[in-house]
Amino acid sequence: MKEITIISGKGGTGKTSLVASFAALAENKVLADCDVDAADLHLILDPEVEASDDFKGGRVAQIDPDRCTECGECVERCQFNAVSDDFVIDKIDCEGCGVCVYFCPADAIDFPRRVCGKWYISRTRFGPMVHAALGIAEENSGLLVSLVRNKAKELAKEQGRDMILVDGPPGIGCPVIASVTGTDVVLIVTEPTLSGLHDLGRIGELTDHFKIPTLACINKFDLNQEVSQQIADHCQKHGITLLGNVPYSKSVTHAMVAGKSIVEYAQDDTSDAIRTLWGQLKEYCEA
Amino acid sequence: MIICIASGKGGTGKTTVATNLAVSLGDPVQLLDCDVEQPNAHLFLKPEITYTEKVTTPVPEVDLDKCDYCGKCGEICQFSAITVIADYVLTFPELCHSCKGCMMVCPHEAISEKPRELGVLEKGTSDSVEFVHGRLRISEAMSPPLIERVKEQIDSGKTAIIDAPPGTSCPVISTMKDSDFVLLVTEPTPFGLNDLKLAVGAVRILGMPMGIVINRCDAGDDCVTRYAAAEGIPVMMEIPDDRKIAEAYSRGVMMVDAFPDMKEKFQNLYGKIRQSVE
Repeated sequence: MKEITIISGKGGTGKTSLVASFAALAENKVLADCDVDAADLHLILDPEVEASDDFKGGRVAQIDPDRCTECGECVERCQFNAVSDDFVIDKIDCEGCGVCVYFCPADAIDFPRRVCGKWYISRTRFGPMVHAALGIAEENSGLLVSLVRNKAKELAKEQGRDMILVDGPPGIGCPVIASVTGTDVVLIVTEPTLSGLHDLGRIGELTDHFKIPTLACINKFDLNQEVSQQIADHCQKHGITLLGNVPYSKSVTHAMVAGKSIVEYAQDDTSDAIRTLWGQLKEYCEA
Repeated sequence: MIICIASGKGGTGKTTVATNLAVSLGDPVQLLDCDVEQPNAHLFLKPEITYTEKVTTPVPEVDLDKCDYCGKCGEICQFSAITVIADYVLTFPELCHSCKGCMMVCPHEAISEKPRELGVLEKGTSDSVEFVHGRLRISEAMSPPLIERVKEQIDSGKTAIIDAPPGTSCPVISTMKDSDFVLLVTEPTPFGLNDLKLAVGAVRILGMPMGIVINRCDAGDDCVTRYAAAEGIPVMMEIPDDRKIAEAYSRGVMMVDAFPDMKEKFQNLYGKIRQSVE
């Protein structure tokens, strides 16, 4: 079984649109949306939820005013300034470390686990999909990403599927690290802009740090041929295999508005390029 | 006044709006790039960096001569960052949240602080704009403390414009918190709308006034306009879907330099934000 993770460093380069097309083209796979704090793949795949459960992340401290003696021990100990002067703990600031709970002399602080989101196993027209929704302003996105990946792996094993296609989050932080560690191959979707090039550099350093085989493709490569060439040079210098390029097309946005993947929606240079790209990715994985 | 430029979805034009607003408004201004995972504002403002600081967070260091392996440190730690195994104490600095619980609970004062590097803070100037950003160290997972450090540079005598990271989880909340106004940059597509709704939810939890900028306003459909009207959130600016704008952006050219007419639009946007805050 191969796990392919599609990330971008920079947001908005077309990761999800590409994953939706790969979903349409790939056979016998499980899909996993690991962009848990701004998930979009479901908007194209229109999943029918078959199973779901709460995602319980860390804990949150809550002061019981009836038991609290207002001694101030918690205020002094908290490293996150989460306790107000009138002894209420701000849920957003609370890191869930439990220091106040441990040191409260009146035993007045409860420490329940918080429900941070939900995860789902769904059926789509392109096969099974595991996805999730992190609660707004919640933490532990990395943990939820790991949970989605584990569920996808279980499902693939159960159903004898030989591939997991992962739609990853932007950036290089916690949820990205959780998305890429231990995956078989990473495909970076970049764009020919100075921001795209800069962010490719940083995400490439990350996958290099974790020693993950890394591929790249340039979306909208014809927007700026000069920067596209710089990206190609960068890839060559840093051991990233540049798989291919996808030309700019308005059909990408139109397909999204229609709730379809590009390869379902359009027959143009862009959808052809995506088919070619998929063929190359598949070939790489089978080699 | 602190104005936070955020989006939910990545790549909608946060940095474009933040940098062009900063150079347009005339008042003394700071631009703080809090997208510490992928900071890009410097590519457009091209500031001269005059100050660099390593930002660290305290993690435990155990003095085994003082330790009697009682295991209290491992019990209090909620993040599995420290654990006692027979006669050794294992620490996992990358899992540590710097709550100092282990240090406080140790009966033998065997645990002291050592710094773990999160990244760097850089400051400089670009013409009239005071520039600050953070750069998260590669393979570091925890960005909020670095974001906090960037925000500590806010000068209350100036207008502070903050470029936020995408998404709606902890780094975004750390960035938005304590702002006077949040400007949400989106695009008129199903992805843009979906992520805008999440971002609006986050702003509502924090309870600040907000407005919307629709970038590539003629590229998709009217879903964002209808949503904004239904929710009573003002659309404060629209930027057309123009290949020339995209090309200028691709070269790192500021929109107001490539299209001088845009400057007045950003000034109008600033006027609307000020009105809304007052």
